Amino acid sequence: MAWQWFHKLGSPRWFYEKTSRWLTWFAPLSVALLLVGLTWGLAFAPVDAKQGNSYRIIYIHMPAAVLSLAGYYLMAIAGGIGLIWKMKLPFMVMQSAAYVGAALTALTLITGSLWGYPTWGTFWEWDARNIFMLILLFLYLSIIMLGRVYPVREAADKACAILALVGTVNVPIIYKSVDWWYSLHQPASIKLTGSSSIHPSMLYPLLLCIVAYYCFYTLSLILYTRQEILAREARTKWVSELVNTQSSHTKD
Amino acid sequence: MHPVRKQRLLIVLALVVLSSIAIGLLVFALRENINLFYPPAKFSTGEVPRDVRLRAGGCVQPGSVSRDENSLQVTFDLVDPSGRLTVSYEGILPDLFAEGEAAVVNGIWREDNIFYADQVLAKHDENYMPPEVAEAMNNGEKHQATCDEAKYDS
Repeated sequence: MAWQWFHKLGSPRWFYEKTSRWLTWFAPLSVALLLVGLTWGLAFAPVDAKQGNSYRIIYIHMPAAVLSLAGYYLMAIAGGIGLIWKMKLPFMVMQSAAYVGAALTALTLITGSLWGYPTWGTFWEWDARNIFMLILLFLYLSIIMLGRVYPVREAADKACAILALVGTVNVPIIYKSVDWWYSLHQPASIKLTGSSSIHPSMLYPLLLCIVAYYCFYTLSLILYTRQEILAREARTKWVSELVNTQSSHTKD
Repeated sequence: MHPVRKQRLLIVLALVVLSSIAIGLLVFALRENINLFYPPAKFSTGEVPRDVRLRAGGCVQPGSVSRDENSLQVTFDLVDPSGRLTVSYEGILPDLFAEGEAAVVNGIWREDNIFYADQVLAKHDENYMPPEVAEAMNNGEKHQATCDEAKYDS
């Protein structure tokens, strides 16, 4: 029927074999994009009139923040699909997205505090955006831990998906926090409607960094999910066949 | 779509909507507490308690910064469109502290209407531009500090 393609997408084996072919060109591409974007931003973009060189951390900080929020939606949607269709792959994607998202949120918080010290004058302030970002990190960490404490895989997946779905409300709160409350954090510089308040010579490397982070996120998610697939499907026939062919290759 | 899956879809949607409403109401009820600072207007209308530690934030009025010659003592006015607050501080100001820029101060508002700060934070804006562009925008003159665009509750 019409939904067959969708169920095929849910097959871990199909995902593993498809991504094996994609990775050969996608991995070098995303690493190259990241290197070009960061080099352009950190070394070649002009200095800022007020902040000098310290603004450059935006090229690491802002795309990481974007991806930690976008990645949360991806994780929650994967959890929702898993709950509705009872497929295995979405739950594996959800669990992997929690690891990558937690790393990106931690990176956002660390680079944010390194940026805050020379500009605001403090490493940490109990600002609305800072607090809700910290809550986001705790949400990611809770999902990782919740996935590990249940002895039964299915129960763990369900609990994680429900927590991920409940936490989605945090994402728009983080996004709008600088507009809703008196805050130390500056408002958004890149605007979808109207002109951005960042000069084009600084904006283009930033946009490239965002694209590169999206690619690098996808790459990390695929690699994590592949590892998760092998761990969970270790007892299936196709994985043992895969292991056999791999080990015979290395013997040759 | 299979009716069982449709039902599960509705449950998932209800879960997201209901929990969002619950947390949304919670955050709405706490909105005053989530604000990092009081704007000068709230000091002018007397809505701010005295003699307790709190934060104030606003635009540093150009021309109001006066430094003591023999110490690190500095006083300045924080303003917004409908208020003014005089701040007294002793210590090193952050690099980005400047007239016409926003600042957040942490301290106590005393009976003499002066805010005694023990911490000053600079709030930088969302504008990024190279020095040449910034200079060109001011027609080559020295950076003309203004508080015109200062908005804190957009």
